[in-house]
Amino acid sequence: MKLTKTLLATTALTLASGTAFADGHMASDMTLVSWGGAYQASQQNAYVAPYIENNPGVSAVWDESSAEAVAKLRAMNEAGSVTWDVVDVVAADAIRLCDEGLALEIDPDEDLAAAPDGTSAADDFGDLLVSDCFIPQIVYSTTFGYRTDLVGDTAPTSVCAVFDTEAYPGKRSLEKRPINNMEWALLCDGVAKDDVYDVLATEEGQQQALDKLATIKDDVIWWSAGADTPQLLADGEVVMGSTYNGRLFAAIEEQKQPIGMLWDAQVFDLDGWIIPTGLSPEREARARDFIKFATDTQRLADQAKYISYGPARASSAPLVGQHAELGIDMAPHMPTDPNNAKNTFLYNYEFWADYRDDIDAKFQAWLAQ
Amino acid sequence: MAETMLAADGTPLKRSLARALRRQKLRALGLIAPLLIFVLITFIVPIASMLFRSVENQIVGDTLPMTVEALADWDPNAGTPPSEDVYEAMYFDMFLAAEAKRHTRLGTRLNYEQTGVSSLFRQSGRALDDIGKETQKPLEKLDGAWKDGETWHGIFNATNDADTDLLDQQRKRVAALTGSSASGEVNFAPDAALSNLLPRTTRAYTAWAVYTATQQGRDPATRDPWEAVATALALDLKTADLSGYTGPAADLLTEAQTADLPVPAMAGAFEDMDEDWAGATVWKTIQTHSSTYTSGYFLNAVDAQKTPDGVAWQPEEKQILLTLFGRTIWMSLLITFSCIALGYPIAWLLANLPMRQANLLLILVLLPFWTSLLVRTSAWKVMLQQQGVINDVLVWVGLVGDGDRLIMINNQFGTIVAMTHILLPFMILPMYSVMQTIPPSYLRAAKSLGATNWTAFWRVYFPQSVPGIGAGSILVFILAIGYYITPEIVGGTKGVFISNRIAYHISSSLNWGLAAALGTILLAAVLVLYWAYDKIVGIDNVKLG
Repeated sequence: MKLTKTLLATTALTLASGTAFADGHMASDMTLVSWGGAYQASQQNAYVAPYIENNPGVSAVWDESSAEAVAKLRAMNEAGSVTWDVVDVVAADAIRLCDEGLALEIDPDEDLAAAPDGTSAADDFGDLLVSDCFIPQIVYSTTFGYRTDLVGDTAPTSVCAVFDTEAYPGKRSLEKRPINNMEWALLCDGVAKDDVYDVLATEEGQQQALDKLATIKDDVIWWSAGADTPQLLADGEVVMGSTYNGRLFAAIEEQKQPIGMLWDAQVFDLDGWIIPTGLSPEREARARDFIKFATDTQRLADQAKYISYGPARASSAPLVGQHAELGIDMAPHMPTDPNNAKNTFLYNYEFWADYRDDIDAKFQAWLAQ
Repeated sequence: MAETMLAADGTPLKRSLARALRRQKLRALGLIAPLLIFVLITFIVPIASMLFRSVENQIVGDTLPMTVEALADWDPNAGTPPSEDVYEAMYFDMFLAAEAKRHTRLGTRLNYEQTGVSSLFRQSGRALDDIGKETQKPLEKLDGAWKDGETWHGIFNATNDADTDLLDQQRKRVAALTGSSASGEVNFAPDAALSNLLPRTTRAYTAWAVYTATQQGRDPATRDPWEAVATALALDLKTADLSGYTGPAADLLTEAQTADLPVPAMAGAFEDMDEDWAGATVWKTIQTHSSTYTSGYFLNAVDAQKTPDGVAWQPEEKQILLTLFGRTIWMSLLITFSCIALGYPIAWLLANLPMRQANLLLILVLLPFWTSLLVRTSAWKVMLQQQGVINDVLVWVGLVGDGDRLIMINNQFGTIVAMTHILLPFMILPMYSVMQTIPPSYLRAAKSLGATNWTAFWRVYFPQSVPGIGAGSILVFILAIGYYITPEIVGGTKGVFISNRIAYHISSSLNWGLAAALGTILLAAVLVLYWAYDKIVGIDNVKLG
């Protein structure tokens, strides 16, 4: 008797819980894939917790596999059992997944929420919709941090300080891949910003970039995990190093390390969601419903309370407030803040999709010399 | 005179014995069957299928079947782009592939061989519709009936004889392209007469009908065919002789023929999409890599490549893999030897100390085993880096100046130290279990017969402990050549292994063919070394206890 009552009550509750169950065509659990750490926590707080509050009965499980998402999704797809519903990937990976037919194509105006003032989602995201399958979430940047106590009296203001071992002696950390490093090398070797990719498309240009990098080769520690540079800076192993701006924010504001931000020539990149192909209709409907909610204007602005990455919607920028725990204004820490974005670069997806394998082989061979 | 011996039940003893033995064997097999099946399904089959990718190359022929056929006659060294036929085949192949969203996958595949193909295919896939629209629009303007899917279906659906070969062929084509079954009801069969009269159109329409029915689950009778069918019709009508045709919509077809619809010049249209199509390079790449099975991945794995003129080395600035293979084997040997050097005394101590101390020591040996690999590797970073523990101590003691701290990490030294530490238990444990079985009385007997300590150890003890060294070495060496996390973290630029490249190709570049080829070579290298070991030391001389 009691059991029946409880069951009835739950059923009534579930039925009442909004659109999600009104049509009864959506799966009740989702597997979300992200990067773990502070970033995933910010997504949990800004998107998932409110979504579940609005849709009781829905449960979400995290899988921290974004770093291997492309390979794993391909394997799942070949095995015919895709267990992920929504996957957080960087834009370059989204393009690869879209090319491989592993990600669903999205119609921004149909599948995504319009801005509160009625601007369509396509216009609100604008140029950031770099692939038909990709729903942008945040703008992050790869930029340099330096030890304020190890750089002498004049703090660096230009990215070329990285290549200036006389003015700033000591080790630097750079990512162990050609992307970004080749661009910075050319910029500091006198190539105009607009010409960088034209130059890099030629063999001579690639050699020019490697030659410039060779001038500091002995002073570089190459990193492969985003946490490396903050650790190397904190230990004083390097005097400056590249990493994601959110990692530097955490080191500076949360761990109070003597680190300064060198925003010059920061490279903007995007991170966002894709929905894998091959989901059952119920799961796909749930994934679409979640995405629509999680990428609306307010939700994207909310995420900036927890991490210093810029929301991908133009309409979210004015809503960015204070850090949830530190209570500091987040706007000045956004890579997109006008003060930080005086000289920026946007990751050239088309170029790197073509040249990544070729230049990477050359870069790795050069490293091994 | 020799009577056959009989068992108690009267059957010959021999047969009865054989039966009993067979039953026993079957029972034994039945007992291990679950494990055998488990290993087969979860280990052997996936590895075999992964290794198979190193030669598999169906994707080119599956995606561009007609192009590959048309390209076969083209001479890549003539310096001219292929004929109009090839461009036409490419148009129809690419159109279907783009509708199935498979063209970008092929672009990724060919981009491994020729930089730039990836975006060439992606952009061309988008631009293809425009070529078709050039003919579709005038056709529909000519007569509104062409907008109606039923008109098309009425013309091409078989009235008398059906061309079932064409239907089967297109089913196979769609199945190969999409990687899913293309069987099932299509509600369409190509008309045999039209198949002769308008071959391109019938083929394009059949491909469309099969795709629409089997992949999208829609009825082709009521839907409008895509632009490529209109293009095919315009091409066919240039040469078709409609005079004898009396089938459905004969007047419509004649009207279209007399209207002399514009036909796209395919070579020009492709050049308009991207000038790369007008050169020979892309076509060379497609032709060179069009075979179903390829040696290309293996060639790439040893710094060579397939070219239209045969095998050639990669340009020098891209050669890295052979270096890495050599380095992997060399450093793994070094790690194995340092494990022997460090592990042997410890194993000896373990085997000879009293139980209590030995147990404590054993726990110390096993402790790192129970710690996460990443934690151990990161701990080495803290120890070895320039501002790390060891350097700090050396500076404090005054052995090195503050200005020239030792570089002990992000190089080969760091990799060897960290990996020796991580793999040491795999060396100590087999050595220990073998040494435990060597009776201490042998050493005492040798000494009592006049041997010095060294002779007694070297002539009596050591030979008996060799099987332990052998077992430990094989374990450590094989584990070492497959390692990639530790070299990635502490290896810097000179301490990375071939497995780091395999990981890159599996997870970043998605070039699984190359990764599989590298893996196969690594596996073969291990087997060769194992064989050499068997020849030199003898595999019977290996004991795990």
